[in-house]
Amino acid sequence: MHEWALAESIVDTAVDTAKRERLRTIDEIIILIGELQQIERDIFEFALKEITKTRKTIGFKKTIFNIKIEKSRLKCRVCGYTWSFNEIRKNLSEEESEAIHFIPEIAFVHTRCPRCNSPDFEIISGRGIAIKSIRGSR
Amino acid sequence: MAYIEPRTSVIDKRLRNIKRIISVASGKGGVGKSLVASSLALSLSRKGYKTGLMDLDLYGPSSHIILGVKDVYPQEEKGIVPPEVHGIRFMSIVYYTDDKPSPFRGTDISNIIIELLAITQWGSLDFLIIDMPPGIGDETLDVIRFIKDSKFLVVTTPSKVALGAVNKLIWILKELKIPVIGVVENMARNQSFFIRNEIRKTGLHYLGAICFDENLEDAIGDTEKLMKTSFMRDLNNIVAKINL
Repeated sequence: MHEWALAESIVDTAVDTAKRERLRTIDEIIILIGELQQIERDIFEFALKEITKTRKTIGFKKTIFNIKIEKSRLKCRVCGYTWSFNEIRKNLSEEESEAIHFIPEIAFVHTRCPRCNSPDFEIISGRGIAIKSIRGSR
Repeated sequence: MAYIEPRTSVIDKRLRNIKRIISVASGKGGVGKSLVASSLALSLSRKGYKTGLMDLDLYGPSSHIILGVKDVYPQEEKGIVPPEVHGIRFMSIVYYTDDKPSPFRGTDISNIIIELLAITQWGSLDFLIIDMPPGIGDETLDVIRFIKDSKFLVVTTPSKVALGAVNKLIWILKELKIPVIGVVENMARNQSFFIRNEIRKTGLHYLGAICFDENLEDAIGDTEKLMKTSFMRDLNNIVAKINL
């Protein structure tokens, strides 16, 4: 239920935004989930719904949680090769994959550039959770 | 397009039931920050305080070696709950790195710190001790940015070289008006007032000296031995004199 903590951060960001912008209801939140974080979508959605029930000052009853999976793109700083996490996931043990689920940057520890074997690569996209937009009504 | 970072919204909530947060820091590596941080956490825990220890030295974590932490892993419960080791709730990146090298760049460091602060469920604590990495880089700046109630405990050695780097940390902390408990002189070998006088010039409290302990290495990884070292005795004498 590590997803719970991340879902809570989404809801609390929406609450903070609603207070700042004087919104009475939150109508839609567009959430990006990076492929690297491998979030369990069902658990995440369940957590979002449960947590919003406890935030009674803002109207969340009709909120649409528009969740989009962001494909991962990793790029080697040394040889310029680009790849996705899914391409190399099969080479990881269950424990290594789980560690990346908790902290996506652990990819630098357990994986390498598939072409030149360098650990010096960057996560161009698909790291973890982010909010693309929050829409609400006054 | 800039996205909204949601994780920072819950950091204060994760830390709100912690009475005191102490970041053990130095401008210089190798001065004994991790030993001071781990021993301080152990000592507070033995005195009956609910204590947590977070190793934020992401390149070279070593608190787990000092405390002999083995075969434990955080539990998942609405986030991650640090396991209790020798009475200390202990969080470290080593749970996830399997003690392999961690070649992170600056933005990765910040992301890891935000993630750890956002998902770690400490519960209620009397003390959270943070073992900081050396220097005034990303980790120090992020602790200052995200952990608003943290006080710094600065460690130096009698070396002029160490003090040169430590002074830069002190400068930044003072400039940013970050509370500093004071400075501990570690690995003192002979009676000298050099460090004491230099620290007093900065306006900070010189808290005392921990004498070089030749037997300390034998106690690494064994908390019972660590408790009986002269290092721990000196540290406890310093702690007894100050209001943490």
